[in-house]
Amino acid sequence: MNLEWMAWTLPTAIFFITIICILIAMTTWQIISPCVKRRGFIPLSTTRGDRLFIGLLSSAYIHLAWLGLTDFTIWIAFAFSLVWMGVVMRWG
Amino acid sequence: MNKWEDNKAWFLVLPVFVIVAFSAILPLMTVVNYSIQDIFGPGERVFVGLEWFEEVLADPRLHEALMRQFLFSGLVLLIEIPLGIGIALLMPKKGWGASLSLVLMALPLLIPWNVIGTIWIVFTRPDIGLFGSFINGIGIPFDHTASPIQAWITLILMEVWHWTPLVVLLAYAGLRAIPEAYFQAAKIDGASAWAVFKYIQLPKMRGVLTIALLLRFMDSFLIYAEPFVLTGGGPGNTTTFLSIYLVKIAVGQFDLGPAAAFSLIYFLIILLLSWLFYQVLQNAGKGDA
Repeated sequence: MNLEWMAWTLPTAIFFITIICILIAMTTWQIISPCVKRRGFIPLSTTRGDRLFIGLLSSAYIHLAWLGLTDFTIWIAFAFSLVWMGVVMRWG
Repeated sequence: MNKWEDNKAWFLVLPVFVIVAFSAILPLMTVVNYSIQDIFGPGERVFVGLEWFEEVLADPRLHEALMRQFLFSGLVLLIEIPLGIGIALLMPKKGWGASLSLVLMALPLLIPWNVIGTIWIVFTRPDIGLFGSFINGIGIPFDHTASPIQAWITLILMEVWHWTPLVVLLAYAGLRAIPEAYFQAAKIDGASAWAVFKYIQLPKMRGVLTIALLLRFMDSFLIYAEPFVLTGGGPGNTTTFLSIYLVKIAVGQFDLGPAAAFSLIYFLIILLLSWLFYQVLQNAGKGDA
């Protein structure tokens, strides 16, 4: 199958492979140890999947805000997003 | 039944997953790929990193289109949701009147979107249009092609006429699903019509209203065909919404990279707002949100 029309690049391939790996890991984790809804600092009862969604969506906005408001390297936003993801998953 | 047997049902979802993959996930991946490259043609592309995102985020025309889009969706939701609930409450509950009302309500939904724009162009023409000539006849000069305010009024009227029936049908279905015992209990307690609406009908309609609000928000936020046909984004840029501006970039200027970056930002806005609406409505009354 010719996928030239999709115009793949290494960074986007790494990005999507990471997302797929996260989804597989979360599914496996759910099968091995089903989660229970709980309430952390996010003012909602959330499952692990909810927290992953919230973490990923907010990380996307962190990157956009960084790009729109600063001229610093995007890697700072990336590092901050990783920490933020960890915080949301653990205490969210 | 063990856990593995229980999970076999997921295989039944596989065909849907494959269809969604080809119709949504692969195009989305392609848009992500395009958003970080300058695309000149098939096989001719240059990696530009996040340049398109920086360009799009700093584009004042995008900010203006976004503000217009929020205003349009906000106004449309503020009118359509209460109006839809009100009409559903007034509709006959049974008999030929109920059937006739449902058919009449469904009619605007059956008309293709681009035809809606054409209908309203004719309807609002100052010379031959029923609406346009009537408004001019009572002494108010009306021409939506020249006045931004009148273009907005026409667009909002068109959108409300086209889509309020969807809210009506959903609210009506929600109202009909409430067991009669609730109303009998309210009658015994001497509840007023307002109390019945507030404590029985509105909470019981939460599910269908969530769907109505989400559908109407997403649809109004993605609106393209009707304003494109009716106003073409004018007068000036006063009705250039996000989708019209996006098409100008992608098709008019063939700037696929910036258009892809724009699409992803557009997608993230819709994703966030839809999620917020969903959470607020689902948790309303539970003391959770």
